[in-house]
This record gives sequence, structure tokens and C-alpha cells, in this order.
Amino acid sequence: MLRKIRITLATIFLLGLTFLFLDFTGTAHTWLGWMAKAQALEAVLALNVVVIIALVVVTLVFGRIYCSVICPLGILQDIFGWIGKKAKKNRYSYSKELKWLRYIVMGLFIIAIIAGIGVFFQLLAPYSAFGRIMSSIFQPLYMLGNNVLAGIAERADSYTFYSVDVWIKSLPVLIIAVVTLIALIILAWRNGRTYCNTICPVGTVLSLLARHSLLKIRFDADKCKNCSLCTKNCKASCIDFKTHTIDHSRCVVCGDCIKSCKFGALKYTSPTSHASGTSPSAPTDSSRRSFLLASALATTALAQKKLVDGGLAPIKAKQAPGRVTPLTPPGSLSASNMEKHCTGCQLCVTKCPNNVLRPSTDLTSLMQPVMSYEKGYCRPECTLCSEVCPAGAIKLIDKAEKSSIQIGHAIVTIGECISAQGRDECGNCERHCPVGAIEMVPSDPDDDLSPYVPAVNEAACIGCGACEYVCPVRPFSAIHVEGHEVHRKI
Amino acid sequence: MNNNHSKNNQAGCGLSRRSFLKVLGAGAAAAVAACAGKKSTDAAADDYKNQVEPPVGKMTYRTNPTTGDKVSLLGYGMMRLPTKEGTEDFDQDMINRQIDYALEHGVNYFDTSPVYCRGLSERCTGIALARHKDKRKDFFVATKLSNFSPDFQSAEGAKKMYHDSMSELQVDYLDYYLLHAIGGSMEEFDKRYVTNGIMDFLLAEREAGRIRNLGFSFHGRQDVFDEVLAMHDKYHWDFVQIELNWLDWNYANEINSGNVDASYLYAELQKKGIPAVIMEPLLGGRLANVPQYVVSELKQREPEKSIASWAFRYAGTPEGVLTVLSGMTYMEHLKDNLLSYCPLTPLTEEEQQLLDTKIAHQMMEEELIPCNACQYCMPCPYGIDIPAIFTHYNKMKTEGRLPSDKGSAEYRRQRREYLISLDRTIERDRQPDHCIKCGRCISEKHCPQSIRIPAEMDRISKFIEELKRDA
Repeated sequence: MLRKIRITLATIFLLGLTFLFLDFTGTAHTWLGWMAKAQALEAVLALNVVVIIALVVVTLVFGRIYCSVICPLGILQDIFGWIGKKAKKNRYSYSKELKWLRYIVMGLFIIAIIAGIGVFFQLLAPYSAFGRIMSSIFQPLYMLGNNVLAGIAERADSYTFYSVDVWIKSLPVLIIAVVTLIALIILAWRNGRTYCNTICPVGTVLSLLARHSLLKIRFDADKCKNCSLCTKNCKASCIDFKTHTIDHSRCVVCGDCIKSCKFGALKYTSPTSHASGTSPSAPTDSSRRSFLLASALATTALAQKKLVDGGLAPIKAKQAPGRVTPLTPPGSLSASNMEKHCTGCQLCVTKCPNNVLRPSTDLTSLMQPVMSYEKGYCRPECTLCSEVCPAGAIKLIDKAEKSSIQIGHAIVTIGECISAQGRDECGNCERHCPVGAIEMVPSDPDDDLSPYVPAVNEAACIGCGACEYVCPVRPFSAIHVEGHEVHRKI
Repeated sequence: MNNNHSKNNQAGCGLSRRSFLKVLGAGAAAAVAACAGKKSTDAAADDYKNQVEPPVGKMTYRTNPTTGDKVSLLGYGMMRLPTKEGTEDFDQDMINRQIDYALEHGVNYFDTSPVYCRGLSERCTGIALARHKDKRKDFFVATKLSNFSPDFQSAEGAKKMYHDSMSELQVDYLDYYLLHAIGGSMEEFDKRYVTNGIMDFLLAEREAGRIRNLGFSFHGRQDVFDEVLAMHDKYHWDFVQIELNWLDWNYANEINSGNVDASYLYAELQKKGIPAVIMEPLLGGRLANVPQYVVSELKQREPEKSIASWAFRYAGTPEGVLTVLSGMTYMEHLKDNLLSYCPLTPLTEEEQQLLDTKIAHQMMEEELIPCNACQYCMPCPYGIDIPAIFTHYNKMKTEGRLPSDKGSAEYRRQRREYLISLDRTIERDRQPDHCIKCGRCISEKHCPQSIRIPAEMDRISKFIEELKRDA
């Protein structure tokens, strides 16, 4: 029974969180956003008191079920472990708790959070690791699949699916995600929950509570025949059948041991109660299919080149200017707020409909979202990233608020501007500025016929990047946005 | 636009297939007697074939009063040549095949220009026609002095363009030679043809027989038309090429104040006895892609004829028309047009009025952007896909899918479909928001429809922006 409930809940959470990361239409978070907000570390960083209290209570009552049903990385490892067990039955063994390692890692982790060393804790944080795997490996596959459907839909004159840009937003993050995934597959395949019980700082913190939880898996030494099957099936390596002890700091309450015991010697009970009914009914394998589906859909996108008799002038793709101060999205308050709160889960990156957000490749803010405007700009009607962020790194803002938050300001490079150089009349930046911060003015104040140059009112500019995006100068726009370390309300 | 044309053809075929089946069914039911069934089946199959396969030897011809040329009423416009699928390379095999087919069915007039199809039209036409060199006398080659660029406005430059045309077309004389796109201003006319002495050169070439007919093509202002036409006494224009179709007959000026109604142009030519060559009979396909109520009205009268056929019959009906040019990209276009002219069944006066007065008036209320996708404005130096943007806009408008009424139930769906179809049709970087309004499309290039392209781009860009904001 325990196992069945665990598998059902875990399936729901894994599918929900996976879809939350795969979805690029900005609709899934309305229904599934709470699953991200229920993540422990993110709730702590966001000072989400309700979630924190709920998780503490749940753990004090039920043990570390968080690790089995809410944490997507934990569930993911269970899938790899399950495959590993198919390959070789009864493959686990008991091992002693590596307390020194757990506490050192947790200590370093806490220090890293306080000191704002983002890279370190983002690498170790479980939900971020899951987010990176989903956003850099599986979302692109999902999108390619979508694009195939969009190609078919187009032929059928249907608007159910539309094509989206698939691009590598950050190579370092992709590499980190691939390495993380491979490491997890190997670890989980061979030894189950090694990562959760040695490295994962969330696991360590929860284990402090779980040692004292009300409900626990308990041994009935009288019934035990020392067959060792429970130990051999414990992915947490926490059952010592010889001494009839269970290390509850590592037990994630999966219930596999209960199922493996043929003599009913293991029960999930409170200290007072005596064993009630057990139901060793055959487990059903309902969950597993989940996310590998996406890879099946991976095929090349349909190339759609328009044929035009007059010919099209070639266009150079835009390139990101080297921004001295990186741009962080409206709602993130400041670069330091971002560094302190962001766990690098990439959820905002997967949601950005304008191809603006991507993970930073800068070492100090590695994997945290930064903005750039080659493929689009931060459009005024969109506040998706602020809606989905579970860690309080991007605070919730509304549309009206957004247009008054200054995240940076535009700078004109006169030598490149085609209007200023008198090559062509332009003024596209002026026409597209959503806050009217740009005005085309004659370069010679005494000559109204002199070439016009864009004049940016820095006080009114919000740094949305519309000007940079529509600037005809390629590959480097003649007007670009520099970020502000601290955002301002104007 | 071409797709729409062929779609309409398909619609036409579908209808005829259905009626064919009806005939078949009726035939079978009636044929209780032996062998009657077989006979009617054969007849029906023939009927069916006749509806898509134009007959040989039935082409309607018009006579050129000056040279006595018997010119086919359908002329082949080489402005919209087929390309190989997925590329921008022109499909010479297809061009050859279509020209062969056209010749076989009596088409003998081929119209090109040094600037068409990224400058490759003359070469492609020349290659196709050179295969019929032995019958050079049987077909007529028309090309133009398209000296829009200042480089070709000097005497040497213009002569080079003229001689290059002959070598590209692989001919030693030109049957019809046109001063290309007269109508902007008299200063421009003088600069291109008079002050550089080219007009005298061309007259001498006509005298020498290397130009058999000299004329001009016209898009633009009425005063320029009047003045250039008045030069008939001096130059003797053998023919004039004008835009004529059932929308431009009465409404060209209303669509665009810089244009002249076809009814006026044609009447003026008639007064002087100058034959008219017709261009844009289908308005770049727009008259084949009309609102559903027009489709219903026309199909009720001629259920088995395509919508495009009405436009061709309309353009070919006036007796003063020498030939009607059509840029037939696909074999289906060619066949459908041949069916309209092999032979021509002229429209009755009532039918003409239905089109150029009643339906044209209704269409005018639709306020489309009068773009024919002729590509004269292209390539935009900043990479904007101008014709595709206008075509997309017009398509959504004629199909009644332009999101306009925010309160309506349709609005959300229409908004989504507009934005998705825009991205499907045009790359992001080539969409209207990237138009910088430099105006080169109308200053350096030339829009025969005098569309204020930058202003229209700005308008559509703002429209799209509004849709996007309304998330």
C-alpha cells in the first residue's frame, strides 16, 4: 500500500514537473507551477513560510517522503535504479552512513548560499540539476517534436501547433546537464540513492528531521528470518538485516523493503501502534514511461525557405554585444538578489516566449538567467519568468509594474548608426520604443536637414531591448542595452 | 498567390469531377438498354478531359494593324518563372516544357525584360525559345528597355542593355520592344529616353527592322500618359502595354490616386487606333483569390469554369486588345488560361458590368493593399519580404480572418492564427517590424501600383504589435 501510494504520487510529480519544464507555451505553469514552488530549497530561498512549515511537518510525521515523491531528481533516480534492478536482481547492500561527508557538504553548501557563491550550490541542488537536465536536453527534443507536428499542422491548415526556435542557449550548461545526467544514471543504476544520501544538502537537512519522524519503517525481529532480501532491495543502503536496524536518516520511505519481505517483518508504523493490516499485493508498474517519450519525437525541423522571384537580401544573424553589466529580468531586483536566490533551475529560461532568457556562461553567475536581445526582446505584455520563479530570484510583477522597472538603459553607437551616418533614414528604434524614451534628433542642432541620431532619455529607458532587436545594423546593433546592477522603479 | 490560383483550379476540377459523376450516374440509370451505358461513359470521360486539356488549333488571334502579325490572345509573361522546389534556382526544364506546350497550343507572344526574375528571365526565355529557332517567324519576342538604374541611362548604357537583350534572348531582331514603365514623370521620361538620344536610336533600329514594333508600358500618372501618347505623331507607337482587368477598369484611380483607370487608357488608345497589350489581367493572382461571395456568384453562372477564367475573358473581350499577358508559373495556370482563349467566348455586356461595376465595387469596400507581388520592389536592402507581407495581409483580409473586433468571440482565435501564420510565412527578421522606412523600395525601386510601401509596413507593424500586446 505504502509503495503504491508512493509510486502514484511520484508519477504525478515527475510527470507534472517534467511537463512544466518542457512546456514552452506558458500555459502549464498555471496548473503545475505549485510543484516547483513546493521544492524545499527554493521555498527556503523564497522565504515561502507556508511551504517550509508544511515540509517540516510532513517530514516529522512521515519521514523523508519528500525525497520519494516531491523531489523530481529523486524520482528520476528511482527510475534509473529500477532499470538497474531489472538488469540485476537484489543488487544493493548495506553500508554505513557517511556522516562526515554529508555534514561537510551541507556545511559548505550553507556557506555558499550565505556567501552568494551561486555555482557551488546550484551544482549540488537537486531540483536545479533536474531543471537543467530538462531544459537543456529534453525541452529541445520536445520542441523538435512539436515542430514536426507544426509542419504537419501547417500542411493541414491547422493552427493547433506552431513552430518554435530550437537553439543551444548555453553550451556550458548543456555540458553540465549531460555530465550530471550521466553521473546520476551510473550512480542510481548501481547503488540507488547514493547522491541523495551523501551529497544532496536537502537530503541531509531532511534527514535531521526524519531521524525523529513519527511514522517509520520498523523491524519485527521475531518475524525476521534473516533472509537479507530487504537489505538487498534497499536503494538507500540503510537496512542492516543482521542487526535489525534501519538508518532512518537515509530511508526515503519507498516501501520496497516491505514488499520484499516475505515474512511481514517490516512495517511502516508509529512507535505505539501495533502492526495493522498489510497488503502484499502485486505491485503494478504504472509509472515508468514518462519522459523518454520526448526523445522518440526527435527529428530534424522542417526547413521552410520562402521562394520569391525578386530575391531576398541575405541577413546576418545578430550577435550579442559584450555587455559590461549583464541584464537580469524585471522582478529580479538586482544582480545580488539574483545571485542569492537563484538555484539555476532554468524554469524561467524554458518559459521565455521571446527567446530572451538564457543561462549565463559567466563564472560568477553560471547557470543563472541572463537576458540578450538577438532573437527577440523583453516584450511589455509578458511577465512569465516572474510568475514561475520558485526561489524568489525573480519576484512576481504585473504588466503595469513591468513597464516602470528599469533593468538597464540603451546606448547608441553613433559610428554604426545608419541614420547618424546619413546612409539611410531610419528611426526604427524610436518607433518601437514602448516607453517613448528615444527621439530622433538632428545631429547638427542648427541644421534640421542634418542626419538624425537616436537620443536616448536614460531616465525613461527601461532596458527592454526593443531598440536593440529592431536595429537594422547587423551583426552588432548600433544601439544596445547595458544592464544595471540594481533595478530601479521609474 | 500562385497557390491560391492553383487552389481555385482544384476547386474547379473538384466541381467538374462531381458533375462528371452525376452525369455518369444519370447515364447508368438511364441506360437500361445494352451498350448505351458504355457509350455515355466514354462521352463523359471525354467531357472530363476537355475540361482540363485545352484543344490544339483553337486559339483566338488578333491582328496587329501595323505589321499584320497574327498575335495569340494569350501572351506568355516571363516574370514569374517556376523555380526548383526548395531553391531560388529557376527550373529550366519546366520552363522549356511549358513554352513547348504553349507554342503547341498556339501561344506565339513571349514578353520579358532584362530585370525580371533577378535578371535571369531573358536568359531562361532565350534558352527555351532557341530550341524553336527554325520557326523564328512564327513567334514574337517582346522585351523592354528597363533602364531604371542611372548606370543604364547614358546612351552607351541603354544601348548595351538593348544589345544584351538580343544576345540573352538569342535573337537578331526583336518583335516588340517597350520603353519600360512610363508614368512617373516627364522629367524621368526625358532623362531615360530623350536627352540621351536613345529615342532616335530606337527609331533607327525600327527603320532597320531590328525592332519590328516599338511601344511603351505604362504605370502611373494620367498627365504623363497623355503627353507620351501625344508623341504618337512623332514616334508612331505601334502598341502600348497597359494594366487592364475588371478591378482596374473603373477603380484603378480610386485604389491609388497615382494610377489611371483602365477604361480611360483603353479608350485613348482606341481613339488613335493603337493596339493594347494587357498586363496584370489577374492582378497578380488577386482576382483569382476573391471573397467567397464572389466565388459563389461566379460559380453559379459558370460552375465548371475557374474564377481566374473570368478575369482572362474580361481582359480579352475588348477587340482592341492585341494580347493578354499572363505570368504562368505552373502548367495548371497555362492550361486553365488556354481553356479561356481556345477559343475566347467574349463576355456579354451584362457580364462585363457584373465584374467591373458590381463585384468590383464590393471588392473595393474590402480595402486590400493593391500588391500584385510583381517583386519590382525587391530585394529590400534590409531583407524585408515585402510582397509576402502584403500577400499574407490581403489573404487574411479576403478570407475574413483579420482580427479586428476585440469584443467578438472570434477575436482570440483569429489573433492566434494571424500571428502563427505570419511566422509560418515570413521569417521573423523579415517581418514588418524590421522595416526602417528608408524608402528605397519606392525611391530606388519602383512600385507599379504606387503603394506607399514604408507607410503600409508601418501600419501593418503597428497592427501586429497591437495583436501581440493583447496577450
